[in-house]
Parts: sequence; structure tokens; C-alpha cells
Amino acid sequence: MPSGVLVFGEATEDGQLAPVTGELLGAAKSLGGPVTCVLLGAGVEGLAQRCASLGADKVIVVDDPLLKEYQGDAYVLIGERICKEADPSVVLFGQTMTGRDLAPRLAARLDTAVAMDCVELSLDGDKLQATRPCYGGSARARYSINRTPQIATLRAKVYDPPAPDESRQAEVVKQSADVGEDAIRARVVSRRKEEVEGVRLEDAPVVVSGGRGLGGPEGFKPLEELAEVLGGAVGATRAVCDMGWYPVAAQVGLTGKVVTPDLYIAVGISGASQHMAGISQVKNIVAINKDAEANIFQAARFGIVGDWKEVVPAFMEKVRELKTG
Amino acid sequence: MPHIVCCVKQVPDPEAPASQFKVDEAAKKVLPIPGIQPVPSQFDTIAVEAALRIKDKVADTTITILTLGPDAYRDTVKHCLAMGADEGVHINDPALNEADHWATAEILAAAIKKLEPADLILCGRQAVDWDMGVVGSTLAEIMGLPIVTIAKDVQMEGGKVTVERVLLDGFETVEAPAPCVVTVSNELGDPRYPQLRQIMQAARKEVKGLTASDLGIDGAKNRVTLEALFVPETAVETEYIEADSLKEAGEKLAVRLREAKLI
Ligand SMILES: Cc1cc2nc3c(=O)[nH]c(=O)nc-3n(C[C@H](O)[C@H](O)[C@H](O)COP(=O)(O)OP(=O)(O)OC[C@H]3O[C@@H](n4cnc5c(N)ncnc54)[C@H](O)[C@@H]3O)c2cc1C
Ligand SMILES: Nc1ncnc2c1ncn2[C@@H]1O[C@H](COP(=O)(O)O)[C@@H](O)[C@H]1O
Repeated sequence: MPSGVLVFGEATEDGQLAPVTGELLGAAKSLGGPVTCVLLGAGVEGLAQRCASLGADKVIVVDDPLLKEYQGDAYVLIGERICKEADPSVVLFGQTMTGRDLAPRLAARLDTAVAMDCVELSLDGDKLQATRPCYGGSARARYSINRTPQIATLRAKVYDPPAPDESRQAEVVKQSADVGEDAIRARVVSRRKEEVEGVRLEDAPVVVSGGRGLGGPEGFKPLEELAEVLGGAVGATRAVCDMGWYPVAAQVGLTGKVVTPDLYIAVGISGASQHMAGISQVKNIVAINKDAEANIFQAARFGIVGDWKEVVPAFMEKVRELKTG
Repeated sequence: MPHIVCCVKQVPDPEAPASQFKVDEAAKKVLPIPGIQPVPSQFDTIAVEAALRIKDKVADTTITILTLGPDAYRDTVKHCLAMGADEGVHINDPALNEADHWATAEILAAAIKKLEPADLILCGRQAVDWDMGVVGSTLAEIMGLPIVTIAKDVQMEGGKVTVERVLLDGFETVEAPAPCVVTVSNELGDPRYPQLRQIMQAARKEVKGLTASDLGIDGAKNRVTLEALFVPETAVETEYIEADSLKEAGEKLAVRLREAKLI
């Protein structure tokens, strides 16, 4: 009988446990039953105790230089092996670059299915009920999976991580990667980072985002200044990233990043559902848009109807004054 | 002669006004919006664009458009032919209409095996209806082929496919041996728009039909059940900041955010 929840944890580049891992452990805990956390990577062994403190009952660590960076062909082989041994009822991934790529492949190998990008998970008896946005965020669909394991990927920042309990212990099992070089068919030959200065978009307490209403790339200058004054980061819509006004790494939304700042200031953004998909967890949205009918106002706590060129400079001056005064 | 297969589907127009989006909760279906035609799924026409860029360099490349869906999907195949693709194949059988993503991948795989051997199979990163993003990977696993997801550039040369992938904070270059599957993202660029002359040529082109029995399939083997479909409640009470001038409104906004302890 398949039982328990198996979570695929992730580490950040600087060797910390990625926040999504805590969120996955939080989701696993809400489903109940024993929780196993899998850590694949290089130098990840030291993170096992952290997983235990966040609720894992067992941690399976595969620590190998080969796994330093995500290689789908290696990860899927190891994932398949671990799932077959552990025989979990539910398998969870984050909707990260790794989860997006790995979860569907693993589902195919295990002859089962996966619900991608879920925002709510529950159990009805043994049946996982996985709710996920679809139609660009306009609708929600709830799925059940007629096979095991039942796999889901979880959208970032939907579930809270459990409060860490350092006294919790977990059984830690070390496994070797055991993947031959020749198993890797699609091979990563180089990586190039798009450097973002200042606060990371995903961690920023304030995000100032710009859309097509800025009128051109130069419209981002005042937004960068405003973000700096507020100690935040700059985001963008796909429309402006596609036009090359701002780097792709700043794209917020369904096919970009999910952000959860305390304050999100949307400037010249219409509020298409696919953009809103990236800020669905944000409570305080400010909309500055000259069209009173723009969809963004549906979700905004504060709104100004008007030309941003007149609003933003005065707003920025006043913010400066309040911050220093 | 390199052969590229592009898997495309048709979707309700995602640019239609959000206010007109409605679902039938009992039937668990999205209602068509009167007067708004369905469109080719956006990432799929971008996949066709990726194939055409390869054909632009290697002229004897043939591109086959493959779709699984009801009669209306024919328009999407015709659109892709008008973009410059060579062949159209339409799997159209009422027995397969309710196929889920996994059944879809199995059916597409069965069809691809019937075609001329493919060097490259292109899909969209996700279909712009259910936003699932699984069919490309599932297809690859069923066929035992390498898969590279979320491409912004695809090159094919001498049996090797080179893909630039989009990462959250950058890009990576991946090499895979052909044949393989690649899923394509919008960072690749806009798909070309067919010219009138091409549309007329495409109108005359035959689209090959396939049924379940042609593929030796006796129905869709679904793995998931759609339990519910609904429109989430999102409306928020908006406080509009009003003043004699927009400059004043901007200042007032700063004060309100301060009062709300948000700055
Ligand atoms: C499958 C799919 C995935 C997508 N994924 C994403 C995604 O991840 N992220 C994303 O953002 N989009 C995404 N999109 C695109 C999305 O549908 C919209 O097209 C896009 O978000 C619109 O960007 P925008 O708001 O900048 O532009 P527009 O919709 O053109 O809006 C510009 C706004 O600026 C206002 N404006 C103009 N001038 C001024 C002025 N002077 N002062 C104040 N306001 C002004 C206008 O009133 C308008 O509301 C996706 C689309 C599809 C189909
Ligand atoms: N019915 C279909 N016919 C042809 N291709 C499809 C079909 N469904 C999905 N695809 C392909 O698979 C990709 C991913 O779809 P999905 O997993 O549904 O998000 C799409 O962008 C298409 O390229």
C-alpha cells in the first residue's frame, strides 16, 4: 500500500535550504502521515537537520558533485528510483524551474499524473484533491489523480513553512547518485546569469512594477529610483519584457515570477489575469493607471486614476520626505 | 531531409476581456464567448516559428503540424500551414475528445510514429487553456526521447539540437542528440503572421485526417478526473485616492501608505 508524503526539497545556490522546501513540508504536514524529504544536489547533506526541524520524519540525501546543477536526465533517474523504493501515496514538488521540468517527466516514468502549479491541496480519504489556477488565472480547476503516486507541484508562497523545532530528529538516509555519465542525453554546456542589482525580486518587501503604460524603456528609470527609496525591487509585465524594455528576469506572472511583497505598486499595468497570477498572494496592491476601467483596480487596495508621469514624481518626493522626516 | 513535427492546439482567446470569462460549473466547461473566435495556442505558434527559423537556414526541412481535437482545430492547422509549414495532420475522433493530458500525449506519440521519422518534435511550454505544461515532457518519456523544456532558441545541425533555455535568473545552453523533444517559450520571439497569399495557398492544402482506429487506439486512457471548475472570488474594496491634481493625489497616496504602515 502506498503511504505517506514524499517531498522534493531544493537548495539555493549559496547552499541554504530553499524557502519552497519549508512550504512543501508545511503542505505535507497539512495532508498528514509520515513525511519524507528528498534532497538532491552537491553539498546538501548538511541541510538534512533543517528539514527535520521543519517536519520531515525521514530525509533521503543524494549528495554528489554530478547533481550540483539541475540535469533533468540524472534527476529523473534518481527520482524514479527513490519513488519506487519509498512507495509514497503523494509526491510534492515546488513549481520551480526544477519542479516544472522534473515533475511531469517523473509522473510519466511512474505511469501516473501530476497536477501542476497547485494553490490548494487536501485529502479526501486517500484521494488527493489538487486545486490549481488555469485559463491564465481566470479559473480554478480541482483535480484528482486516478493512479499512485499522486503528484503535485506547489506554487510558491501559498503554504506557510512549519515553525522550526530544532529538537526534532529525522532518520537520515544517504544514497549515492549511481547515474552513469552516458545516461545524460540532454547536456547543459553553459549557464549565463542575468545579474540583478539590489534586492532580489522574490524576497523584496516592496515591488514597483511597470507595464506598457510607461511608454518606453526610459519609464523604468523613475521606477528604479522609487524602488530604491522604498528598499524594494523592480518588476515588469511580459509585454514590456517581450519588447525588450526590461530584462526577462524581472517578469512577474504566470510565465514569470511569483512575488509576495507586503506592497506591490503597479504602474501603467492593465492587470491581465496572467500578470495577476504572479501577485495573487499580495494583499496590498497599489494601482496607478489612467484607465479607470483597467482590470488592475479589481485587485487593488489603493488606486489612482491618472497619468503616472504626474503621479509618480510627487509620490516619490513625499515618500522621501516621510522616510527621512 | 530534416523533419520537424510541431504539436499545436486551439484555445479560447486568452486576450478576451476577463469580465467575459465564464464557466459552466455543472458541466465543468469553459463557455465560449459569443463573437470571439478560438485561436491557436500562443506558445504553439511560437514553436512553429522556431521550426520555420530552422527551415529558413536549411531549406529542405519539412515541417508537419500535428493536432488532436475537434473539427474547429482545422483552422489552427491551416493557420500554421499559412505561416509556412508543409504538412497538416489532424487527429479528429469523438472517441478521443475527452482525452486528458496523458492520454493526449499517448495519442500524439502514436501518431508521430506513423509519420516520417521526426528529427525534432516541438511543443509549446504549456497550452494556454489549462496552463499545465506536461504534454511535451510526457510525449518525450513515452517515446523514450530526450527533452529540453522552455526554450528561447532552438538550432538543429548535423544530428545535434542546441537549445537555449530560460532560467529564472538567466539562461543555459543545452545540447541534445536528435531526435528529441523541445518545448518553446515566448522569449523566442513573436511568431510570423501569414500573408494573404500564404493564407490562400494554405486553404487549398490538404489536411490529413486520422482517427482512433487509424492509430490502433480504442479510446482515451485518462489518468486524472476534473472534480470542479470555478471562477475564483477576487474582488477587493479599492480606496481611490482623489485630489485636485494628480500631483496632490500622489502625495496623498504616500501619506495613506504611511498611515497603513506599508512604507
Ligand atoms: C499564455 C500567456 C502567458 C502570459 N504570461 C504573462 C506573465 O507571466 N506576466 C505578464 O505580465 N503578462 C503575461 N501575459 C501577457 C498578458 O496577457 C498581458 O498581455 C500583459 O500582462 C499586458 O502587459 P501590460 O499591462 O504592461 O500592457 P497593457 O495591457 O497594454 O496595459 C498597459 C496599461 O497602461 C495604462 N496606461 C497607458 N498609459 C498610461 C499612463 N501614461 N499612465 C498610467 N497608465 C497608463 C493603460 O491604461 C493600460 O491599462 C501572458 C499572456 C499569455 C497569453
Ligand atoms: N490536443 C493537442 N494537440 C496537439 N498538441 C497538443 C495538444 N495538447 C497539448 N499539445 C502540445 O503540448 C503542449 C503543452 O500542453 P499542456 O501540457 O496541455 O500544457 C502544447 O503547447 C502543445 O504543443
